[in-house]
Amino acid sequence: MKVLMFGWEFPPHISGGLGTACYGLTKGLAGLNNIDVTFVVPKAFGDEDQSAMQLIGANNIPIAKTEVQFNSIQKKIDYYEVDSPLIPYIDEDEFWELKSGKYSKKLRFIKTDEGYKINFSGNYGGNLFEEIYNYAAVSEVLAKNSEFDIIHAHDWLAYPAGIAAKAISGKPLVVHVHATEFDRSGDNINNKIYAIEREGMEQADKVITVSNFTKKTVIEKYGIPPQKVTTVYNAVEPLFKKNSAVRPKQTDEKIVTFLGRITHQKGPEYFIEAANLVLKKLHNVRFIMAGSGDMMNAMIARTAELGISDRFHFTGFLDENNVHHLFELTDVFVMPSVSEPFGIVPLEAMQSKVPVIISNQSGVSEIIKNAIKVDFWDTYAMADAIHGLLNYQALSKHFKAEGKTEVDNLKWINSAQKVSNIYKSVIGK
Amino acid sequence: MKSVCLFFQVHQPFRHRRYRFFDIGNDHYYYDDYTNETIMKRIAERSYLPTNELLLKLVDELEGKFKVAFSITGLALEQFALYAPEVIESFQKLAKTGCVEFLAETYSHSLASLKDSDIFERQVKLHDQKIIELFGQKPRVFRNTEMIYSDELGAEIARMGYKAMLTEGAKHVLGWKSPNFLYVNAINNRLKILMRNFKLSDDISFRFSDTNLPDYPLTADKFINRIESTKPNEEVINLFFSYESFGERQPKESGIFDFLEAFSKKVIENKALKFATPAEVVDELQPVSVVSVPSPISWADEERDLTAWLGNKMQKEAFEKLYELKERMGKCTDLKLIKDWNYLQVSDHFYYMSTKYFSDGEVHSYFNPFDSPYEAFINYMNVLSDFKLRLDALIPEGKVEKEMAALQKTIALKEEKIKKLEADLKKLKRKRLKK
Repeated sequence: MKVLMFGWEFPPHISGGLGTACYGLTKGLAGLNNIDVTFVVPKAFGDEDQSAMQLIGANNIPIAKTEVQFNSIQKKIDYYEVDSPLIPYIDEDEFWELKSGKYSKKLRFIKTDEGYKINFSGNYGGNLFEEIYNYAAVSEVLAKNSEFDIIHAHDWLAYPAGIAAKAISGKPLVVHVHATEFDRSGDNINNKIYAIEREGMEQADKVITVSNFTKKTVIEKYGIPPQKVTTVYNAVEPLFKKNSAVRPKQTDEKIVTFLGRITHQKGPEYFIEAANLVLKKLHNVRFIMAGSGDMMNAMIARTAELGISDRFHFTGFLDENNVHHLFELTDVFVMPSVSEPFGIVPLEAMQSKVPVIISNQSGVSEIIKNAIKVDFWDTYAMADAIHGLLNYQALSKHFKAEGKTEVDNLKWINSAQKVSNIYKSVIGK
Repeated sequence: MKSVCLFFQVHQPFRHRRYRFFDIGNDHYYYDDYTNETIMKRIAERSYLPTNELLLKLVDELEGKFKVAFSITGLALEQFALYAPEVIESFQKLAKTGCVEFLAETYSHSLASLKDSDIFERQVKLHDQKIIELFGQKPRVFRNTEMIYSDELGAEIARMGYKAMLTEGAKHVLGWKSPNFLYVNAINNRLKILMRNFKLSDDISFRFSDTNLPDYPLTADKFINRIESTKPNEEVINLFFSYESFGERQPKESGIFDFLEAFSKKVIENKALKFATPAEVVDELQPVSVVSVPSPISWADEERDLTAWLGNKMQKEAFEKLYELKERMGKCTDLKLIKDWNYLQVSDHFYYMSTKYFSDGEVHSYFNPFDSPYEAFINYMNVLSDFKLRLDALIPEGKVEKEMAALQKTIALKEEKIKKLEADLKKLKRKRLKK
């Protein structure tokens, strides 16, 4: 079975949740016997003043074909980069960085991933949708010239490409919802994006969601018939021990960590309120908020107002190594997300044997047993859970051991198997 | 003639309220009165009262040939007194008929038997007193919390003067043997053991309204048939239940009450069957052999062991931390603390912390006030932390505190001595000056 897959990013140009998930899934699919994947992404350089329109207009698709070899599996997948001025990026952090002028001002910035509000740099905002349809146009050409059995598109930016490919080839389309506009923007949604998302789901023969939480949104807010929607949970890549010298903890102080974009969606304010409650009772604890985002300044102000700044630290954006290091020091990890389609970070924390507290409003809470689950707004329960994990040793011991085992059993090959079954059901029709 | 031995366990714990760590040291009230009252009233209305009424009627109609046994925990009795006093009255009416036997157990439905024989014995005595006080009977047969039993425990019970004990007819203990005989303890042969026939008992308490069973519905005739089809020489059918099975787990609408009534009448009509209480069984039957139970069994879950209460690290830690306080509680005379101490020991608290049945936690979630075992553990440890602070204030713990107290005492003595010597010195100086 040949799969033509449209995504947004792919290793090595990987920048976060969506890319990680696409990578994991593709790798999982490659591990199955009878599936071949061709992966298409719009490439994001952007510093060349090169217009995708030209390239597509010439009908001479300037796509770079690369082969990605999964060493462990001994199988290759084809990987296309469609040259486009779109810049996919995952976190706000990178966005700030980019915006701060490292790149030419002619660039367009599109924020993808779980955060995905579309931000435009400068005056180019209006062109985003044009770009997406350009990507779709390229996909059309690709679809015409290659052979495949099924089309699989990841998240809204790739839906038009998927639809176009389906229109030209008549092959079935599966769309994969990693997040919806409602997760990104609460109720103040961008109607244009909503329209694209909805069309993608309607045109699709099958919709895959990353959690039942997201499935519910797809059914209720996009009016998609429930029988057309299937949940396939994400998994997590095994953790390879890094050789970086981990500095041992200097004190017997406990560390409680929040890691993610500091935006409304992630619920940072609830973490601060819970920290404040804990600090009233315990004095040997430090709280760390790692990441950056549009609510960061407000959050710093709030900790100052509460008078806990001496115990509450902001690290800014952390790279992979530092994240790893932070987990080594962390005693409790908290993800108080207000709306989280899946949420892969708690799984990474569990891999590092860190006990986690996650909100009931996250997709990952549907599959993980060895975590404390609270409502994001219930700061009393959150504080109580933090206190319990710090004080009652049996609890953290339990999570360190059982959580690790549990997360190590979440394998991409299992998710891929489910996706493969969905393919079969669609092709069989 | 086969004896049918009906036994019911009646127990309700005092469930804790959400006790956050902010409350530690500030608020010493641990109980969720609303939930406790609601659950108690609901079960009293749906189960305890109507079943008691039916039993009274049966005793009356069957002219004393209908017999049952109960073990009612001290905590259940306390809750009746608080929320549903009419239940106690109806049990007292049953007691007066002479057809009802009350068994001994721990006052708190605790796991103390696994930890400390002093505490255990104290709790059993406390329960006996309560039963004598309310029902005018001195229990002769013992039933431990959730049918927990082992050889050693049996020997302990024999030493305490009981003549028999009930437990689960666990497959891994009985092997090829049948539960339908009287057995004796492996250490002390004088203690008789009644083994629960879990197959027949669970046919009623768990499977009565299971419409998927091939021979659903279960009728009195079918059930009598099952009893009759046991081997001819088998002497006793031990049907032990949680009392809530009648009316709560198997609701009235399932026909459970009609079944119980019809079944009871058919037993009396049947020439080969009769009812007997545990004490009567023990008096009438000869034990057939020793039953050897080296490690504890219970009637819980498929495994019939202790893992429902002490299976994971959290349960073990909570259990250890609780009983670390036992010595000091032995010296404690504060009534409020003693009361909370009794309530803290209830096995249910540990049951809520079980991680065994995440997926199909049906039985474990029955009236479980917590969403997860972790919540249950945190809540319990918070309560225990506050309890410990209160105990610390009354009876100081540990070497450091004791040493401090001793040093303070020495310092005070020395100060006194110095004062006295200084006074003497002054006196002498004055005398000298006068000269």
